[in-house]
Formats: sequence, structure tokens, C-alpha cells
Amino acid sequence: MSEIKVSGLRHVYSAGTPFEKVAIDDINIEIPSGQLVGLIGHTGSGKSTFIQHLNGLLAPSSGTVTVDGENIFASKEATRKVRFKVGLVFQYPEYQLFEETVFNDIAFGPKNMGLSEAEVAERVREAAGFVGVPEDCFDKSPLELSGGQKRRVAIAGVIAMRPGVLILDEPTAGLDPEGCRRILSNICEYREKTGSTVIIVSHSMEDVAKLADRLVVFNGGHIEFDGTPEEVFSHPEELKAIGLAVPAATELSMALRRRGIALSPSIYTISRLLEELNALTGGGAEC
Amino acid sequence: MNGIIEIKDLHYIYPGDETESLKGVSLTIEKGSFVAVLGHNGSGKSTLAKHLNAILLPTSGSVLVDGMDTSDETKTLDIRRKVGMVFQNPDNQIVANVVEDDVAFAPENLGAPSEEIRRRVDAALKQVDMYEFRLHAPHLLSGGQKQRVAIAGVIAMDPEVVVLDEPTAMLDPKGRSEVIKTVTELCRTRGITVVLITHHMSECIGADRLIVMSDGSIVADGTPQEVFSQVELMRSEGLGVPATTELLYELNKSGHRLPLTALTVEECADEIAKEFGNVRN
Repeated sequence: MSEIKVSGLRHVYSAGTPFEKVAIDDINIEIPSGQLVGLIGHTGSGKSTFIQHLNGLLAPSSGTVTVDGENIFASKEATRKVRFKVGLVFQYPEYQLFEETVFNDIAFGPKNMGLSEAEVAERVREAAGFVGVPEDCFDKSPLELSGGQKRRVAIAGVIAMRPGVLILDEPTAGLDPEGCRRILSNICEYREKTGSTVIIVSHSMEDVAKLADRLVVFNGGHIEFDGTPEEVFSHPEELKAIGLAVPAATELSMALRRRGIALSPSIYTISRLLEELNALTGGGAEC
Repeated sequence: MNGIIEIKDLHYIYPGDETESLKGVSLTIEKGSFVAVLGHNGSGKSTLAKHLNAILLPTSGSVLVDGMDTSDETKTLDIRRKVGMVFQNPDNQIVANVVEDDVAFAPENLGAPSEEIRRRVDAALKQVDMYEFRLHAPHLLSGGQKQRVAIAGVIAMDPEVVVLDEPTAMLDPKGRSEVIKTVTELCRTRGITVVLITHHMSECIGADRLIVMSDGSIVADGTPQEVFSQVELMRSEGLGVPATTELLYELNKSGHRLPLTALTVEECADEIAKEFGNVRN
């Protein structure tokens, strides 16, 4: 529901000290309302620094960030406002649960927005519904929940503010395959029902490639690739060279192409690879 | 058959729980082997791991480490010297401000003479390829590097078995492959028995043996090739199979006869290239 425009963004940590480090430089990107963006890059590529600018947690050394046309660093009020508009779910958000009950934890954000009690309760129920936290958990202590449930409660706490942009930093890290699938499908459903802009930060291309409309690859503090998953995965060698793990299907099709099998260069799902292989034999070549 | 670890009909209930987390697990682990244990959260794999060096004691059944019963308290220290553990979060395992001090922590506690400590620390750091970082501050290292320091800390104790409980869960792809490479070498070059608990299928491929746990029991046990060939079982467990196996399995549905045991990308590509060689252009 919200659009983001970033231009000339640069951030320098510890400027003016011997530890000075340019974390990101010359970032220009526009993310239209409702898009699902996968933000990929290995550790230290600048992706976390970047997302912290989108809701005003870090201020740029130079450059601008606008959300819905407003410069978020224009004034203190503008920066405060963007905190409700752009919801940021950190890595391992379950470490940030702090309230005595699940309900109160999810309610913390909406309460801070100054909403009425009834409205807060409504938001909590809605957010819990999106991430599959049952209402009979509301009175439990967050500490009683399993790791996957805790994470869902933490995500609900951000969703409850109904942010126009939802940013999640490694939402599936440390979860088992089933937990990963559930969290990602919750996020997709949330986006479909609310039309929110969603940014998923990950170093696993595999998970994100299947969901995202667009992939943005960070490397060494700048944007290396930006396009549809198909466009981005048509550069498998370059992606590997910058230390990213390409999806297994891409890896396999690269190996098959090296063996002379005619496959298109941008395969990133097993189903697509299967289709192309079957088409090869279905094309009358079988004896 | 004598193993370095022998588990007989192990049951475990966490205090306050009603259901068993382990429901009668029997398992013999051969000395010097590389065993991967795969399973969902809640499958009992971490509970099992914690039995291997007496962090948890069986509710019933027994765990023997090199013949010593973990329930025998007089043996606890000896067992912990034989079986070292590495956990998921590297930040929770680092105790010192300098890498080599951290690695020296365990041998110091064992009361080893200082030349011996020096020798063990250097050897351990070289083994995990972190020797050049020996004077660095651990908190400034990457996740994969920290985890390798944690592994060095364990091997400086000179254990016979190293148990790693999801050591890569918090790492990026690069850190992950560093750790898996280190662990594999530990087994292959030093003959240390490795038990790797994970939910990443790709990390099991290089193991000698793969054990799949579900709901407190072992549901599959064999070489990774044997286990992953059971595609239906693995799918019904919600674990799935590696992309290589999946592709081969699906191709076989359309009439091909490819071996599901070609687990690595290269092996798999070789098999498919053989089969599809006639459509080469």
C-alpha cells in the first residue's frame, strides 16, 4: 500500500574514525506499492544497513528516502510517522518478545499508536489470525511457546500496526523446512489480503525466488542485480562468484548445460527444469 | 557389533511433560563414522544429542559411551571428555576475549600442562583453518568463523566424538559450507566420530549414515543414498528430498529409469546426460 523511493543513498559507519566503513553507496531504487521484493546478499553486503534506512532507524550519510512521496528524514515527526508505516521484523524477532502475555506483546505496537482499546484488540486478533497464532494462546506467556510460534507472535506484533510496507529480515532463519513453509505462506497471504508492499531479506535465494516479483541482489554495498527472478538467475555464474548460493535447480541446469543439454539459462525451479527436460524427449527425439 | 556409542531402548520425558520426547530409540554408532541426524523441530533429534554426553539422562533405557553408562555419575566427567558438543548459536559458546584463549579454555580446565595446552590449541586452530585468527577478538569474526572457533574449542579437549546440534542454523551459505567442510575433515583426517544434527538435507549428503527422526522415533536409517531414495517416506515426513533426487524421481514418473542414488549435482547431471544424450544438439 505504500511506495518507497530511494536515491543516492550512502551510509558510512563510524565516520571520521579509524574504523570508518562505507556500508552502502549509491543506492537508487523505487519499489512500487504492493510489490513483493526479495532482497538478497551475503553477510556484510549492506542489505541490513539498507533496510534500516527504510523506517528511519538509520539516517543516511547522504541521499534521500521517501515513503509515499514524503522524505522520511525531513523532520522528527516524519521519522516517527514512518515507523508505523514501515514495519520492520528483525532477525530472530522472538528474542524481542518481552510482555507477560502473547496478547500484550502483539498489542504493544498498536497501543503506542494511541488507538482505542477496542481497536487494539481488533488489530491483535487480525494480526494473530494472519500468522496462525490461535486465540487460546493469548493469555499464555510468550516464553511457553515453541520457537516457531514465538516467531509468529513477533511478526504479528509488527503486522498489528497495519504497516503499508512489511520488511522481514531472514524470517525463516533457524526454522525447520515445515516452519519455513508456514511462515512464508503466512507472509504471502498477508500481502494478498492487504495489498501491502513486502520486502523479504534473505541469503537463501531458494526460498525467496519462488515468491518474489522482483529480486534485488546486494554486493559490497551496492545493488548488483535488480530484476525478475528469471532475469537475475540468468546470471548464475556471476551470482556464485559473489558468494551466493543459487537455487539447486539452477545449479543442476548449469551442470546439464555444461554436458551439452539444451536448456534455457534462467531456470530456478525444479518444476521448470522438469518441464524443459520432458519437452526435450517429448519433442520426438526419443527412439 | 561394538560402537563408540550404544543406545538401547532410550525413552525420555522432559520434567513436567506428559508425552515422551524419545520413544524407544536404539542405535549403535561406529567409531570413526560420520552420522547425520535429520528431523523436524520437535522430532527428538536435539534431545537425542543431549543424551550423548550426559546433559540429559534417560528416563528409561541406556546410553553407553565407549562402554560407560551415562547414568553412572562417577563417569560423567570421563564421558564429557570423550564426547564434545557444539551448539547452534556461536555467540553463546564463546567465553574469552581472544580466539586462542577461548580454545584453551577446555584444556586449561582439564589441568593440562601449559606446553601441552599450547600444542593442542595450535593444532585445533589449524585443523579448523583459524590459526591466523588466533589473536583476534572472537566477537568480530563472522558466524562461520565463530562456529569454527567453537569447534576448535571442542577438539582441543581431544574428544573421540563430536556432536554438533544444528551448528549451521544461524549461518549464511558461506559460513555453512565452511563448517560442514571442517566437520567432514575432522572425521576423515582425524578419525573423530561425528554426529551432525541438522535440518538441511544438503548437509547430510557427505555423511556415511543418515538417520531420520520423527516424533521421538527413528523412521529411516541407512546411507544418504538409501534414505533419500525413499522419496514417498521423506515427503510424508514433510522433509522432502534433495533437489537432485526430486528431479530424478519426477523424471522416472515420465518413464525414465534413472537411479535415485545420484545425490550430488555432478552425479545427477551425469546420469541425466547419459539418458538424454540422444537429444544433444
